[in-house]
Amino acid sequence: MSAPQAVETVYRIESPRIIAAVARIVRDVGLAEELAQDALVAALEQWPESGVPDRPGAWLTATAKHRAIDLVRRRETYARKLAEVGRELTDTVHDPEPADPEDIDDDLLRLVFTACHPVLSAEARIALTLRLLGGLTTAEIARAFLVPEPTVAQRIVRAKRALARAGVPFEVPYGADREARLSSVLEVIYLIFNEGYSATAGDDLLRPGLCEDALRLARVLAGLMPKEPEVHGLAALLELQASRTAARTGPGGEPVLLADQDRSRWSGLLVRRGFAALEKAGTGPYSLQAAIAAHHARAATYEDTDWAAIATLYGRLAHLAPSPVVELNRAVAVSMADGPAAGLALVDALAAEPALAGYHLLPSVRGDLLLRLGRGPEARAEFTRAADLTRNARERALLLERARTAGESAGRQAGEPAPGSGD
Amino acid sequence: MPRYLTLIRIDEQKDQDKAPSPELMERMGKLLEEITKAGVMLDTAGLRPTAEGTRVTWADGKLSYTDGPFTETKEVIGGYSLIQAKDKAEALEWTKRFLELHEDHWTITAEVREIAEP
Repeated sequence: MSAPQAVETVYRIESPRIIAAVARIVRDVGLAEELAQDALVAALEQWPESGVPDRPGAWLTATAKHRAIDLVRRRETYARKLAEVGRELTDTVHDPEPADPEDIDDDLLRLVFTACHPVLSAEARIALTLRLLGGLTTAEIARAFLVPEPTVAQRIVRAKRALARAGVPFEVPYGADREARLSSVLEVIYLIFNEGYSATAGDDLLRPGLCEDALRLARVLAGLMPKEPEVHGLAALLELQASRTAARTGPGGEPVLLADQDRSRWSGLLVRRGFAALEKAGTGPYSLQAAIAAHHARAATYEDTDWAAIATLYGRLAHLAPSPVVELNRAVAVSMADGPAAGLALVDALAAEPALAGYHLLPSVRGDLLLRLGRGPEARAEFTRAADLTRNARERALLLERARTAGESAGRQAGEPAPGSGD
Repeated sequence: MPRYLTLIRIDEQKDQDKAPSPELMERMGKLLEEITKAGVMLDTAGLRPTAEGTRVTWADGKLSYTDGPFTETKEVIGGYSLIQAKDKAEALEWTKRFLELHEDHWTITAEVREIAEP
């Protein structure tokens, strides 16, 4: 490996921890990232000459911290604080000893909670988290979300400013707002995964890269917060969802419904990891969705699916975190457990739901139930409506095809439940 | 993100009497924790000696069984890890860190192979 490549690889692995350690000194994640990048530049200049140091990560961290301390020193307002911080740190700057792993974990957690702070919009949280914790470049984030690079760059700059302006402390919340703050973190990882799992726009049904980035973040978080059941619940949910990736698209990139998936293509490794995480999960919304996903994973064939158990779990989820999307998925499960008429009653109760007004899966599910009830012409109208509503080209093609055949055959399969519902 | 299977090959003849030192075990434990916390490690394990293993070979339409130890093989697989990394450079960086934990008297080859995705 060439020196510059070695530097960049080490930086990518270490950057979240470097930024976190520096942020603890300067109390500003934007500034911390700049200082970390300064250290990267220094390494790119020096390592080709001096060779790669034994502990490159420690070298980068020490260099970045050193610059942070210099900077803090130059700020008079920090003078008093610095007397404490500076003394204890300068001694270790030139001879970096590995920091206590516990400290590094604490710094990383602070970085997680700061990047996912509710003061930021979901978009800003996502961009900042992928950038600071996922180690993605602005260009990579832009590509993943199909937006122009300057848009993402601006989003990140604004997010850093917003954090500074709001005076968000660089800390892990332990007070009354801890649960809400943790929800905010879990939501960010979940949204990243979902964008990869069912792309809301564009030509690809899924972008596995984003799923993997989210999965990695979930695994990191589970390592940092081993005592939080809901973190394991999220990890379990994403492992189990990701286990189906290879089976969810056909040879031409077209979506394959759950009923039609070749289950031998589900990843046994990810299923096992999902079950292992599920054992540590709790009773919160992500844990319940993971339990639902686990029922699908346990079913050797679609016909083996325990729909009654899944419908019960959706009932609990609807009670805990009521949402029209959850209700729609409960309708699908109920239709499989108790027949399409029972499902249709639940779906029709959602017809006036404003939150689902532009949601293509409502007519898609309704079309499916009508088809199973032998009401082909009505089903065709619903599938056509759903095709008009989706922004995903692959899904549109599938829905138009279902509309075309709706008049010709009696339905058999349940639609793929909506994303964001344990399925 | 590609996955990599790393096969750890050791010289069983040369290193068979060498139990890893407690210090090495401790260093390995720390690194394993670090790789796991980085969200990279999917699975890893060490293998029992080849003396307890058996090779089953299919050749010329016949099965043959060879019980271990496999003394004719200079290097045998002593362990493996399955990781998910952004690219090969990252996989190699973690591999380097694993190898550097060992004392100088060890001879180990880590073979890093990308998993073929369908």
